[in-house]
Order: sequence, then C-alpha cells, then structure tokens
Amino acid sequence: MQFLKDAHLNVKHHFEKGGRLEFFYPIWEAQFTGLFTPGDVTRTASHVRDGLDNKRLMVTVVFALLPCMAMATYNTGYQALLAMAQGAVPLDTWQAWVYTTAGLPFDFKNPIACIVYGLLHYGPILAASMATGAFVEPLTAMIRKHEINEGFLVSGMLIPLTLPPTIPLWMVVVGTAFGTIFAKEIFGGTGMNFLNPALTSRAFLFFAYPAAMSGDAAWIAADFSGVDSFSGATLLAQAAVSGESALASASWTQSFLGFVPGSMGETSTLACLLGAALLVWTRIGSIRTMAGIVLGTIVMAGFLNIVGSDTNPMFAIPWYWHAVLGGWAFGLVYMATDPVSSAFTNQGKLIYGGLIGVLVVLIRVVNPAYPEGMMLAILFMNMFAPLIDHFFVQANIRRREARYAA
Amino acid sequence: MEHYLSLATKAIFVENMALAFFLGMCSFLAVSKKVETAMGLGFAVVFVLGITCPLNQLLVDALLEPGALAWAGYPDVNVSFLSYLTLIGTIAAAVQIVEMVLDRYSPELYNALGVFLPLIAVNCAILGASLFMQERDYTLGEATVFGAGSGIGWLLAVVALAAIREKMRYSNVPGPLRGLGITFITVGLMSVGFMAFAGIQL
Repeated sequence: MQFLKDAHLNVKHHFEKGGRLEFFYPIWEAQFTGLFTPGDVTRTASHVRDGLDNKRLMVTVVFALLPCMAMATYNTGYQALLAMAQGAVPLDTWQAWVYTTAGLPFDFKNPIACIVYGLLHYGPILAASMATGAFVEPLTAMIRKHEINEGFLVSGMLIPLTLPPTIPLWMVVVGTAFGTIFAKEIFGGTGMNFLNPALTSRAFLFFAYPAAMSGDAAWIAADFSGVDSFSGATLLAQAAVSGESALASASWTQSFLGFVPGSMGETSTLACLLGAALLVWTRIGSIRTMAGIVLGTIVMAGFLNIVGSDTNPMFAIPWYWHAVLGGWAFGLVYMATDPVSSAFTNQGKLIYGGLIGVLVVLIRVVNPAYPEGMMLAILFMNMFAPLIDHFFVQANIRRREARYAA
Repeated sequence: MEHYLSLATKAIFVENMALAFFLGMCSFLAVSKKVETAMGLGFAVVFVLGITCPLNQLLVDALLEPGALAWAGYPDVNVSFLSYLTLIGTIAAAVQIVEMVLDRYSPELYNALGVFLPLIAVNCAILGASLFMQERDYTLGEATVFGAGSGIGWLLAVVALAAIREKMRYSNVPGPLRGLGITFITVGLMSVGFMAFAGIQL
C-alpha cells in the first residue's frame, strides 16, 4: 500500500494552497483520508476522547442499512412476481425486457428470480441517487472549499429506500439534487442543516409528483390494471378506507417481516430493528429518540382507540399495527435519529421523539389527505427541535447560575 | 366546545397565518433572530389578535353589515364600504394601548421590540384575521377563538424560526444568501413541514 500512499503524497503539493489544482483539493482529500489515516496531528492540547469521526459514523449507518437494502432488493422482486402470479403482466419497461431476454422465470417462489427482478428495479434507482449525490457533493465542496463528507453516501442510500419501485429515474435525480442542495449544502454542508436532507428529498417528490409517489399503482413493479381482484394498495391505504377490517384479513407477521407492498426499503420492520440494534449498540442512533417515538405512538394510538369514532375507521387501529405499517419503523430508526436534525439535549430527544410518535398517529388518523404520516411528522419536528433544545439549554444555564450564586 | 376546539386547531395548524397564508411576513422575518425577542413579539401578536378580532366582530355586527344600522333607524343603509377603514382603525388603537402598557410595565420588552411593536398595527396577519372573520361571518365567541388561535399559530411559527436561526449561527451559508435570503429559504422549507396538516377537514 505504500506505493499508493506515496502516489498520493507526491501529488499533494499540486492540490494545496497555491498549487495548480487547488480547486480540486476536496477530491484529493476525500480519496486520501478514505484510504489512509491522515498524518496531521493536533499541535496544542487536544480534546479527542474517541476514534469516532464522521467517516466511521457514516459507515456504521451504511452497515445498519444493509438489512433494509437486502430486503428492498428481495421484496421489490417478490411483490412484482407475486402480482404476476395473480394475473398481472410485466410493465412495459426496459427492466422487464432485460428480464425476459435473459430467459428468467416469472416465479415468485424462486428467490433468485425475486432478487434479480428486484435488483433490476432497485439497482438503477440507487445508482441514480448515488450518482447525483456524488456529483453535487464534491462540486459544492470544491466551490465552497470544505471537505467532502460521507453524509451523501447515507443520504444516497436512504432516499431510494423511501421511494416506490416504479418511480422514473429522472425524478430520483431531481429529488436527490433538491434535498442535497436546498436542505444541506445551502446551509454549509453536513452538520449545519436543520431538516433531514433525505426526507426533504422525499417530501419534495411527494408534493411535486404525487402521481408517481402515492396512490395504488406505484408500489408494485407490475401492470395489474387488468386484474380486478388485485388492488396493489398498501395496507395503510387500505386501512385508511376500511379500518380494522382491512387489517383483519392481513397478516401482522407478514407486515412485520416486510412481505407487503410499499416503498422499497420501509416494508420490513424486522430489517429496521436489526439496523436499530447496531445503531443503538454503537450509540450512533439515540435510544432516547427511538423510545420517545414508541411511547408517543402507544399513548396517542391508545387514546384514539378509547375515544373511538363512528365515521373514521382509522381511530380503532392499535399501536402494534401502527408500528408495522408504512414507514414507521424506517423513519424511527434511520430518519428521526439523524443527529443533526434531531434535538441534541437528552431530555429534548425524548420530547422530540414523543411528539413525532403523537404526530404520526394523528396525521395517519385525522388527515384524510395522506395515508402515511411518518415523513411529515419527522419533518415537522425537525423544525421544532432547535426550539426544544433552546428551552433545555436555558433551563440548564439558569440551574447553574443558581448553583454558583448559592 | 368541540366546535371551538376544532376552530382553534384549524387556526393554529391547518391555516397557520405565517406558514400557510404567508401573512405577517415582514415582522416574521425581521424579528426572528432571537428566541426571546420573537417570543415577545409573538405574545404581543396573540394579545392584539385576541382583542382586535372580537372587537372588530362587534363593529361588523353593529355597524358595518348591510342592514346592521336598523337599531339606529336606518335599515336600508349599507356602510360596508367603511370596513377596511374601521377594522384598521380599531387595530391601530389597540396596538397603541398595548404599546403604552408595555412601556409602563415591561420596559425591557418594550426596548427589545423597538420599532416593531408599532409595526404590528400594519401587520397583515392582524388585519387578515379580521377580514377572514368578516368574510366567514364568525360569531363573537368564534372570533375570539379564531383570533387567539391565529395568534398562537403565528407565535409558534416565529419562535420555531427564531430557534432555527439561532442554530444557524453555526452554519456556513454562502455569502450572497446570508441574512434574508437564507431566511426565505428556511421559511419555505418550514412551510413544507406544515403541509403535514394541509387537508385536515374540521
């Protein structure tokens, strides 16, 4: 490896201040620190207490995302092939053409067929999102002269997992670019934003292109318009129409494991829990935020269960169903725990999480415009996280003043 | 009771003055640099709205509506063309009173709000609430709840924006966007968050 290190160090002076390629320093820096430990050391007294830097933090999140990504690959194919077994036909897309040309079977019981068909849909969306991030982030890093941060790796992986498999690739590009630029780079890059960039991307797409992001047809990569008995709607959308009776015929276990239609990576609560275990164990995801959301959901769902309603069937849905439906688990583990956009005081995290839990149930139950509420609940609380922190910080300051005055 | 509760929720969240109607923008953007000041202005807006909205409702009922002057013996007279003048006049008077009260009892807040307290008189959120009230034919009770609710919604929005802007002191915003530019973008992103409540029927 020494020759690689030398190769980097030999050209370093070109990239440093005054060098010919000074503009491209962030790219050199990203490559070098990605491969080797940098040689810079602190000259005065240092405050390092942990080897955890931004790179390792982000890579841990990437590892935590692996179960969801695996599930996204498998389930996207599985749902499409399952629909085809019930009479749907493949969509008129290049993915279907490649699949047919390769001579693979349309059989949902064949795991390899599911993985290949899923990868044909999930893969390009992931590639589009990553490519957009890999273009925008270094470009802004060079213009704004800051270092390239691995945050875009995580955002680039999160965004495809929150999208339906049928979304056109150009929308993925537009959405990712909007989220990266307007929710992050414009504030100065990683760590300086106040909204979660991945969720902002999704919200932008959701409001700008509702036809591709909601409804019944988007969630399965197959054309089932000719099949009457097949709706393709997500469980949450069915529940919004007919309440508990829609869930009575559905299997809680299937929903928990994730073999249901939905956005690609969010269907499996189990996969999210695996990721949560890693995040909590490494203390990268805050357990307080997660606990807050769980508590908030239980309290609010329980309250609405007791209140009841004759006209709105969603009132009767218990909290353990809320927890496996839609993006609840995915948002809880990967979105709400974002250390930048969540509250950063310990008590603040509990309140922030609790209010997300309350809001998500409220939006799902009370707002007929959206069947799902996790995305908007988290974005809404992102907005109020600085305020929550403000009150706790002020309270701390007052407590200290009182202590030293005495 | 339930009716008032849903009216309040609607005024605070669904039809938020600042983030759904974009009313009261001038003071919303100008007085949101510090949470304490923003809170002071927010409470002033809640107070003024809570007073002027029912006050204007009484005026609309007794004077301005077509046929409202029947009690004075003029059932055919319609003076609704005086609406704007009367509503804004009431508001200006109420703001003057608030200002004098603050000057007397809370000089600190009076100084912190500076020129913006008289500016509430021409804050579009205040006149907007009165006009909404007139258009929707609210009763006195409804007008009170609606006025206070709109004020609380505005207060929430301005305090949240102030906290975000305090946090943004650590941000590295590109030079040309510093100040109002980034604040406009922030407000835009915030109103995306407030879309969570759009579509709720109460």
